[in-house]
Amino acid sequence: MIVFLQSVLSGVLIGGVYALVGIGLTIIFGVMRVINFAHGELVMIGMYLTWIIFTGLAIDPFVSILISIPAMFAVGALIQKTLINRVLGALPENQILLTVGLGLVLSNLVMLFFTSDYRILTTSYSSSTLRLAGLSVSTPLAISFAITSAITALLYWFLLKTDTGQGIRATAQDRDAAQLMGINVKRMSLLAFGIGAALAGTAGALISPTYYIFPQVGGVFTLKAFVIVVLGGMGSVLGATLGGVIIGVTESLAAVYISAGMKELFVYVLFLIVLLFRPAGLLGRSRV
Amino acid sequence: MLSVRKLSFSYGDLKVLWDIDLEVNQGEIVTVVGANGAGKSTTLRNISRLVKASSGEVVFDGVDLLRLEPHQVVERGIVQVPEARRIFPEMTVLENLRMGSFVKATRKDRARNMERVFTLFPRLKERERQLGGTMSGGEQQMLAIARGLMANPRLLLLDEPSLGLSPLLVKHIFEIIKEINRQGITILLVEQNVYQSLKIAHRAYVVETGRVVLSGKGQELLADEHVRKAFLGM
Repeated sequence: MIVFLQSVLSGVLIGGVYALVGIGLTIIFGVMRVINFAHGELVMIGMYLTWIIFTGLAIDPFVSILISIPAMFAVGALIQKTLINRVLGALPENQILLTVGLGLVLSNLVMLFFTSDYRILTTSYSSSTLRLAGLSVSTPLAISFAITSAITALLYWFLLKTDTGQGIRATAQDRDAAQLMGINVKRMSLLAFGIGAALAGTAGALISPTYYIFPQVGGVFTLKAFVIVVLGGMGSVLGATLGGVIIGVTESLAAVYISAGMKELFVYVLFLIVLLFRPAGLLGRSRV
Repeated sequence: MLSVRKLSFSYGDLKVLWDIDLEVNQGEIVTVVGANGAGKSTTLRNISRLVKASSGEVVFDGVDLLRLEPHQVVERGIVQVPEARRIFPEMTVLENLRMGSFVKATRKDRARNMERVFTLFPRLKERERQLGGTMSGGEQQMLAIARGLMANPRLLLLDEPSLGLSPLLVKHIFEIIKEINRQGITILLVEQNVYQSLKIAHRAYVVETGRVVLSGKGQELLADEHVRKAFLGM
């Protein structure tokens, strides 16, 4: 029983970070109908940014998100303005080529400057654990989950309660009608990509104390984020949150009870089963 | 107030508007009537800048609208209530109304405008927490008009507000349009319901296959031989 609870708990904790990656992807998709296949690379950039700040300025990874969030927002906004904006309304295959290509360019640029060596970011608490109601929790995972929850709560408040946040949702629900409300949809797209990139970058920062950092790490996250978003329902923020946690828990349980090498297999089997019964995802239609 | 001169527009190689000329004066109800596909909605979409005109000009209070982005047109006081209502389906009635006053300058009047549209449409007040997508066609049309009014329009563009509604509701919607006009809002109404719209309009234009073929006072056109034959079945 302890083992079960233990693995569910670590699954939820890591799932929170997955959710962050998925939410970013789903917001971008919702507003622009573009699937960002370079999303994992944004996570990777976030990891490198954190690593550089840590090794260069000795700033703790969890503190450095104060720098990486605005920096990644700017990167996202720039990508939107210079690249994505040109393919809005274009054929889907053109959009896919653009974002897949962008991902390749980003990972190879990083490889050019930082080589393909695996980097490890070791903090004083990297391998320490906390005791929580009889269960042990990895300290960095617990901190990252607390930060993830705070950011997610803030994001929900923004999307549900502020004019700009509602404007982003309105744009996602009906782009033409949004324009007739006086909503500047180009600005909303810029914000959406900026927020998406900032969330991906934050996720990268949060996992950097517990993950290997290397140029190709993004591929894993793009795939994971895509599964999370489809599982939760394309465009649904709530769905992506739920999807992230479900994937995290599934991976964790499969790793403990079956085999760590086969955890991905169970994620995809679960994914297929859900789609079989709910083709639009768990929350294919929801308010956020 | 608004003047459209020699407006032309093509979807790719297909020209759908040919030198449209129309004029809307302060305080009027002007209607554009015509058959399905005549180019009525396309004219409104050009004024709101949802599509890019190929030539001509659209001037509103001395400003050439064809240089503006869609959101800037709304900021100048031209608000369109689109065809098929286009309610935000996953937002509540209140949220939909709030989006109506998205433009910064109108946010300070939000509470007052909310009050005003609830007086006009008491039904919406009862449904304020309901999701837009779950409402009936008539309720959605009320919400669409109410949402448009939230933006403090000086000129309200209404695209087929009676489409798909029951005869009783159609009558109600036309009453509402007259009431909104009495409150001082100028109206450009596009309709397939020729009889009802000519009855309430000060002036009217008849469009056929992308051209203005006839214009005059609403009452005059109601008596016009061509209009009676083509649209009223008399």
